Amino acid sequence: MANRSVVPFGPQHPVLPEPIHLDLVMEDETVIEAVPSIGYVHRGLESLVKKKDFNEMVYVTERICGICSFMHGMGYCSAVEKIMNVEVPRRADYLRTIWSEMSRLHSHLLWLGLLADAFGFEALFMQSWRLREKILDMFEISTGGRVIFSVNKIGGVLKDMPKDMLKSFVAILNDMEKELSETTSVFLNEYTVRSRLEGVGIITKEDAIRRGAVGPMMRASGIEVDMRKTGYAAYSDLDFEVITSDKCDSLARCQVRIGELFQSIAIIRQAVDKIPEGEISVPVKGNPDGECFMRLEQPRGEAFYYVRANGTKFLDRMRVRTPTFANIPAMLQTLQGAQFADVPLLILTIDPCISCTER
Amino acid sequence: MEDIGNNVIKIEQVELLPVIMEKKNDDWRLAQICCAFRDGHYEVSYSFAKGYELTNYRLIVGKDETVASISRVYKSAILYENEMRELFGLGVEHIKVDYHDKLYRIDAETPFMEKEGE
Repeated sequence: MANRSVVPFGPQHPVLPEPIHLDLVMEDETVIEAVPSIGYVHRGLESLVKKKDFNEMVYVTERICGICSFMHGMGYCSAVEKIMNVEVPRRADYLRTIWSEMSRLHSHLLWLGLLADAFGFEALFMQSWRLREKILDMFEISTGGRVIFSVNKIGGVLKDMPKDMLKSFVAILNDMEKELSETTSVFLNEYTVRSRLEGVGIITKEDAIRRGAVGPMMRASGIEVDMRKTGYAAYSDLDFEVITSDKCDSLARCQVRIGELFQSIAIIRQAVDKIPEGEISVPVKGNPDGECFMRLEQPRGEAFYYVRANGTKFLDRMRVRTPTFANIPAMLQTLQGAQFADVPLLILTIDPCISCTER
Repeated sequence: MEDIGNNVIKIEQVELLPVIMEKKNDDWRLAQICCAFRDGHYEVSYSFAKGYELTNYRLIVGKDETVASISRVYKSAILYENEMRELFGLGVEHIKVDYHDKLYRIDAETPFMEKEGE
């Protein structure tokens, strides 16, 4: 009979930049069950609605996460704009779309680097992060900040990107695309990488729905859902296909994210071609009154914003359901029956952001 | 059931589990559960997604009342239900994995509820 034991995993572990703990119930080397513990760094940011007015909350939401900072601010602003019936200038929609796709590039490259690091392929880790650095440089050129750049405001954006700057970004991305092809082909074709990812951490389409998975986690299980297709910001004007895979394993999740890297570059190119001239924000008067559910597609998947306002400058409630929070049950599913050595990689394949989860 | 606008359908406690079962059997995904405290009662919003469709159900729960867990139907509800009990003090009965207010390692009790004198 197999020996049953409980192995603690985390909260500190080489593959975890942020703390999460799992109690792994093992039979020899096989995981039977995983029980998660989160909450090591819970910040209670949502409760700041009692102290910060609805405009100041933009800066709070941007600090939920350092990777999708821009998109958190955008999601919150979009929800408040919807409540207040504010029509954002079209140029601001395009600018938001461009920064969103740059954030997706930044996030997916960061994840590829972490994945490579987790299976000990240091050169691949460095290549991925070297490419990511170019995106951070573009953030710095366009906003002045590399991580949190606070360009969202209710009613539009605070900074514009002139035509020359946009053209230079497209040129950088064109060059980067070639390097990206070389780097990502290693992830997709190299035997040592495939052997760690292929056929590992299967989550079927039915399980993905049952466990509430979102984003690349869901799309790698053959579910064609990408919130960008709902047409928020400038996405309704742009042509792109939802990238899916029906392989349902860790390699499929990697393939979907890699596909989205090239797709983001294509979307930025289209947005730069189509961006109209004009204002970048409209003045917003008064206080919001009402409620709104807002969804948008972050790099890690669907983020869900709920804003409830009462006509004063302080909101009744602001809630963010982050993609990682939604993907934890699906991650636990992938761990059941997994080998102990695969656990770090399986945790990484949901692209966990504990900072988001502990908002 | 009552459509109260903004894509929200208000339901009664007795309607909760039948609604949840219907959504589950029709392959809807639990997108989120959100708790808010307003005018002396809890508002619990259950959001379900299928493709790009989204439906929200709203349950009004008195301050001293409890709500049934849906975690035996939707396993992903475990984190949401533990969270709203811990942050708001909303009683949720029979959660499949009950963290007993230890989901978040915080000292404050029900920190999202306004305390008397605040």
